[in-house]
Amino acid sequence: MGDLVKIQDLYVWFRVYGGYMKVLNGVNFSVGKGEKVSIVGETGCGKTTTMKAILRILSSQAHIPKGEVLFEEKDILKMKESEIKRLRGRGVAMIFQDPMASLNPVFTIGDQLAAVISHSGVQDLDKEKIRQLSINALKEVKLPDPERILGSYPFQMSGGMRQRICIAMALATERALIIADEPTTNLDVTIQDQILALLRELVTKRGNSLILITHSLGIARENADRIYVMYAGNMVEVSNNEELFCNPLHPYTEMLLGCVPKLSGGGIAEGIAGRIPDYLNPPPGCRFEPRCPYATDRCREEKPDFVDVGNGHKVACFKYN
Amino acid sequence: MSENRIILEVKGLKKYFPIHKGDKTLFVKAIDGIDFEVREGETVGLVGESGSGKSTTAYCVIGMYSVTNGTIMFKGKDISCASSQRPLELKRDMQIVFQDPGTSLNPQHTIYKIIELPLKVHGLAKGREMRERIVQLLESVELPESYLYKYPRMIGGGERQMVAIARALATNPSFMILDEPTSSLDVSVQAKIINMLIKLQKEFNLSYLFITHDLSLMRNVATRVVIMYLGKIAEMAPTEIFFQSPQHPYTQMLLSSIPVVTKEEEELKPKKIKSQGEIPSPVNVPPGCSFNTRCPLAKPECFEKDPVMVQVGPDHFVRCNLFA
Repeated sequence: MGDLVKIQDLYVWFRVYGGYMKVLNGVNFSVGKGEKVSIVGETGCGKTTTMKAILRILSSQAHIPKGEVLFEEKDILKMKESEIKRLRGRGVAMIFQDPMASLNPVFTIGDQLAAVISHSGVQDLDKEKIRQLSINALKEVKLPDPERILGSYPFQMSGGMRQRICIAMALATERALIIADEPTTNLDVTIQDQILALLRELVTKRGNSLILITHSLGIARENADRIYVMYAGNMVEVSNNEELFCNPLHPYTEMLLGCVPKLSGGGIAEGIAGRIPDYLNPPPGCRFEPRCPYATDRCREEKPDFVDVGNGHKVACFKYN
Repeated sequence: MSENRIILEVKGLKKYFPIHKGDKTLFVKAIDGIDFEVREGETVGLVGESGSGKSTTAYCVIGMYSVTNGTIMFKGKDISCASSQRPLELKRDMQIVFQDPGTSLNPQHTIYKIIELPLKVHGLAKGREMRERIVQLLESVELPESYLYKYPRMIGGGERQMVAIARALATNPSFMILDEPTSSLDVSVQAKIINMLIKLQKEFNLSYLFITHDLSLMRNVATRVVIMYLGKIAEMAPTEIFFQSPQHPYTQMLLSSIPVVTKEEEELKPKKIKSQGEIPSPVNVPPGCSFNTRCPLAKPECFEKDPVMVQVGPDHFVRCNLFA
């Protein structure tokens, strides 16, 4: 399986008053063709920044000192504006966390779907064809009465329906990669289950690649083939789905898993002491070192790289080399 | 647990909000007749999706909303009157911690001032005692004295919630409502807060009404679980029994929708009852059982007859026509 997206040693800094926020700190990441990958991490760990780098929609304060983002072996960071536009129109689609904020409140669903379809590069589009494609897209996400929905506004829909519409927009035309950034965070658990099942089904059927960003280890486990765990701008561990939960290696992964309340009971671990480092002045070595119970002198000075421990399970921690 | 004294008793509680459409007046039936109780030292988990009426229940109990119908008894006294008629002593004895500490703490006040307010209102400390008491309260939530003169924006979300908890503790309450205290926080921070709340409960002999949408969290915190759907209680049982044998189809749908991280948990989930449909608007509650629009097991009678609460085991109640 060739890689569709490959991020190599990516650093992203943000210019702020008083210096640079050194957010991404050498991210390595890849998604194969047709693969479902999840990135799990807590607030502020750089999940969304990484995804924005793939679409090149980082804010103007962003500065990329080093690294490359390859999409089908072409570096996105060096692409011309016209190439990037084509990528956004046809290659990659993103589903955001808050569907109310990503849908325009003053246009109908039909107008917004039509806009997506007409920028997709499909040939011979006329009004009727666009309408047909829009209806098909809405049918595919199992929305009842698609004709009526085309004429409705986002505020007339429930949260679950709005997120279905966002999925319909992402999948209305052929895309190689779907990025879903916490698509169900604002939804109730029964609706979340429906939306994720739908996304999984459609992506599998069409053979798209999927990057699912989430802060929930449970969601990652139920939806991805491979899972990356991210902490403070670094990928700290990556492994096949089951393996990560049976055999978590990085101290952060292990502690995070302990904090998740289990349906089987047994109480909750004490939590992780301290908090995420200040990006203006991050620790020079491993960024988890100040909170890590196993930290040694080496962790304070040197940044650990991914070590392959077999079976594609990689971990960035000196405990393992 | 059942020998313990009942501290809060809610009976036939209803809360309707009128909405005016033209010359018609419709009602949002946020709570439509619920009965439950909280015993001393207990944690009752009130679980439901958005729109199920769980927060409205909390606000009625604490006195932020007046009650449309029904009674709320607290330590044997009827408190279903308006908040302004409640004695100060009662207000001291019951406290609430809100979901978002970003908006429930005054951004222009220092932590000192925030915690000082309830102490002043209830006349619990004066002069030099005041500072000592505030420091002591901060210590009980494991925050250092150096936080006294910080503003809420200067500290993390988890720490802000700790301050909100310290403020609630200031009046030495015996009963606390926790309205989704950790739902906006990361799991590692949530773990810290939950463990703190459990510790405080033992230390001060508190009873909690814990409002949440997270059933896995309730498995680890609550002694009893109450499941709400569209303003009514669907199922109520002690935690152990509840997770071993959930009975109501809605409860089973809820449990089977939870993403889990271990195989053991996978086995605890009910046989996949597929989640379907969405919660209807509380203005147009369907006739019969309110869950009939989503229930995979609905029978013809469910569209006509609103089920009543039946006891199916010790302390285990279900409101479903399948058990009538």
